[in-house]
Amino acid sequence: MPMLNTSSLPDLIFTVLFFFMIVTHMRDVDLKVRYEVPQGTEIQKLGHKASVVHIYVGRRMNVNDNLNDNVNENVNGNGEFFIQLNNEIATLADIKAFLDNERSRMNSEDQGRMTVSIKADRDVPMGLISDIKQTLQQNYALRINYSATERNVNVNENEDERR
Amino acid sequence: MKMFRRRRQEVPQLNTTSTADISFMLLIFFLVTSSMDTDKGLTSQLPPPEDTTEQQEQEVKQRNVLELRLDADDVLTCNGEAISNDELTKRIEEFVANVSDAADLPEKSEREVHLIGKCRVSDRHIITIEADRQTTYNAYFEMQNAIARGYNNLRDRLARSRFGHAYAVCSQEERDAVAMVYPKRISEVRSEK
Repeated sequence: MPMLNTSSLPDLIFTVLFFFMIVTHMRDVDLKVRYEVPQGTEIQKLGHKASVVHIYVGRRMNVNDNLNDNVNENVNGNGEFFIQLNNEIATLADIKAFLDNERSRMNSEDQGRMTVSIKADRDVPMGLISDIKQTLQQNYALRINYSATERNVNVNENEDERR
Repeated sequence: MKMFRRRRQEVPQLNTTSTADISFMLLIFFLVTSSMDTDKGLTSQLPPPEDTTEQQEQEVKQRNVLELRLDADDVLTCNGEAISNDELTKRIEEFVANVSDAADLPEKSEREVHLIGKCRVSDRHIITIEADRQTTYNAYFEMQNAIARGYNNLRDRLARSRFGHAYAVCSQEERDAVAMVYPKRISEVRSEK
């Protein structure tokens, strides 16, 4: 029996590879804040990655390894919590410019369903979150998503993963 | 003459048998790295910003309001009494559904809902949330999770009884119908403390 001609196999694989490279997005944000999101049971997947904007809130990650440095530099009005937008630490006032910037990068369809994903550490005080939400509200970024990881429910209930 | 012919025939060609292996490796690399960051979370819709000039002072009846507060020590109180998140879920279900039309639970109105028909819809209830500025985000999130759970349980039950399948697998129309029977009416109050 003649063997199958597999000389075109690499071409097929390259096609599939390019497909994945174009369809998926690899987020390459340089995280400057450390955060651990809360856990929830009612969470859903975020659709349409192109229309999602991320805001990170957490404790500063120290690049220099001086353990004693933590105490002084990181205290600001919000305890030790900082907001990160794209790759830089930012303040509340920077959120507006950031939103306008991100909006202009989206096409009109995505703009209508723009969602802001808030990735905040569990211990962040609500005052800061509340201020962020108010800023978003004033800039008409009304769809928000509190980022969280899945938590398993107790034995008695059957939770289907919500798609 | 013979030498030239041999050299032309014997030009070494690149050995491409390993191309397939290389491409498999790249493919697996991309499959693994791109599937890692699956973003999930609790969605929420903020109301449009209010103009300070148009303050709507609505008379809201006591029976229609469920007041939730989180204080600086992450203690959750509902209408003044401290409760846990699981109890909150049950409380929300009982409050929003008001199955027995009790006088101390929200009013319901008779509405015509597409796909479900005439039914009593709880559209006057309001859940107010106030969180102290020092509350941890985790406590707030757990509370929002419990509330979402309550609504999801109610909607799921209705979807199963009317449409025969879970709310999560309903079509958009069916979801809208169920959401109309149990609308999420949540008001967040900003705390100045």
